[in-house]
Amino acid sequence: MTEIPEHLRKRAEEARAKAAAAKADDAAPAADAPAGEPSAAESKIPAHLLERAKAARTKAAGGETSSEGSSGGAVATATTGGAVATATLPVAAGPGGHTQRLLTVVKSGSIQDVKATPQDKVHVWPHLLSIEFVAALACLAFVLIFSIFVNAPLLELANINKTPNPSKAPWYFLGLQEMLSMFDPMVAGVLLPGIGLGALACAPYIDKNPSTKPEDRKFAISLFTIFVMACATLTIIGSFFRGPGQLFVFPWASGLFFEL
Amino acid sequence: MAKTMQNKGGGISDKLGATTDKMQASQAWNSIFRPGSIFRKGYTDSPRNRSYVIMNSVLYHLHPVKVKRHAVKVSYTLCFGGLSFFLFILLTVTGIFLMFFYRPTAAQAWNDIYTLQTSVTFGLLVRNMHRWAAHLMVLSVFLHMARVFYHGAYKPPREFNWVIGIVLLLLTLLLSFTGYLLPWDQLALWAVTVGTNMMGYTPVFGNQVRFVLLGGAEIGTDTLLRWYVLHVLMLPFVIVIFMAVHFWRVRKDGGISGPL
Repeated sequence: MTEIPEHLRKRAEEARAKAAAAKADDAAPAADAPAGEPSAAESKIPAHLLERAKAARTKAAGGETSSEGSSGGAVATATTGGAVATATLPVAAGPGGHTQRLLTVVKSGSIQDVKATPQDKVHVWPHLLSIEFVAALACLAFVLIFSIFVNAPLLELANINKTPNPSKAPWYFLGLQEMLSMFDPMVAGVLLPGIGLGALACAPYIDKNPSTKPEDRKFAISLFTIFVMACATLTIIGSFFRGPGQLFVFPWASGLFFEL
Repeated sequence: MAKTMQNKGGGISDKLGATTDKMQASQAWNSIFRPGSIFRKGYTDSPRNRSYVIMNSVLYHLHPVKVKRHAVKVSYTLCFGGLSFFLFILLTVTGIFLMFFYRPTAAQAWNDIYTLQTSVTFGLLVRNMHRWAAHLMVLSVFLHMARVFYHGAYKPPREFNWVIGIVLLLLTLLLSFTGYLLPWDQLALWAVTVGTNMMGYTPVFGNQVRFVLLGGAEIGTDTLLRWYVLHVLMLPFVIVIFMAVHFWRVRKDGGISGPL
């Protein structure tokens, strides 16, 4: 059995008490009503519905009786019923003589399908802001201390007529420069990085697998790891293992040819 | 003796407290710090005030009031995205300082940097910080991209934010590369020569691309001015717009991804 909320139960009880009082008041004026009809008088069911129910009942009872008789009976009851209903409108009736009843209270869980699961959330202040603040301070401290001890390079004035050997691009392009030794300049310098960036940008539209679990994404993770490793390897070779004339050297044997 | 000193100390702290109270009660103070600010008088740690701290601040309201609990774990994001943004701010601040001492012409650029390092208070330190923070930003943006990929955070509904992220990576590389030329030393000149030679291999209109980038057939004083404007004005302007959309989309696409 469903639980009825406290305030609804109280309201229903009050309404019942009020209705009982109203009935007691009505008892005197309605004394001349037919003896067989008090249940109908108390009823708040609209008259036309009562008629229909009675007609149906008589029809069912006199199943084999002539249609003429049954219809006559129906008409008779309808007239009497109509008279009774109009005579005894309950005091607590609403507009049009209708009243409302609390039939039952249905709990939301049984009729609503709640799909959202409650999420475990925390306030950004102080939980996230404090972490961000500490991270920013740590980063600032690292940059500051590193800058105190390591100076940015400033070589001699630029001279177009004096080409240093080796000439290297900034470190993040050294992977591309390294590929120049393997492919045609157009392929290594423009097409491959262009296709790489394009493929990277299109990754969400190529990878249709909806799962974010690493065990479901072995192919995507393998491919991306190969990409990252290739970038790192080429950049490291280009940075530390290329000497004069872009020849392969070992940094521990020939020294570093690398400026940041 | 000790007692009098204690009294004296108490008097000073009382006076300080009274002054603070008076200041915090003033109209000016309360007009600056909005309701819920931790600097307001009588700030208490309540859920309501925790929400106000975020909602009533133009900087903090980039954040939602609450985030998923797993999202504040440093081990999930490693702070790479936030640190990239922090490094961008650090680069802006140090970059503005450097702009006061630098003229982008072939005749003056190298001398300005040299003078900055030798005769300007903190000049060398700020230049070092600018350079190291720039390299660090390239690294942290790349690592942020790797982190997002491994978490599958580019999947719907975050596909387009990933594309914006790739644009931001490209803009970060361009910002770093344009800044590389500005010291006008041998390192800058020849690194940029190698880089722009690679871009010159663009199919069909390679020579035109190179001409527009260099502001002529060869790297010279026009290139310096062109890359200076790109570095201090145009690329920062574009990247700020893309960053704004990127941060906004993080929230609109349902906050940070995960948990796995």
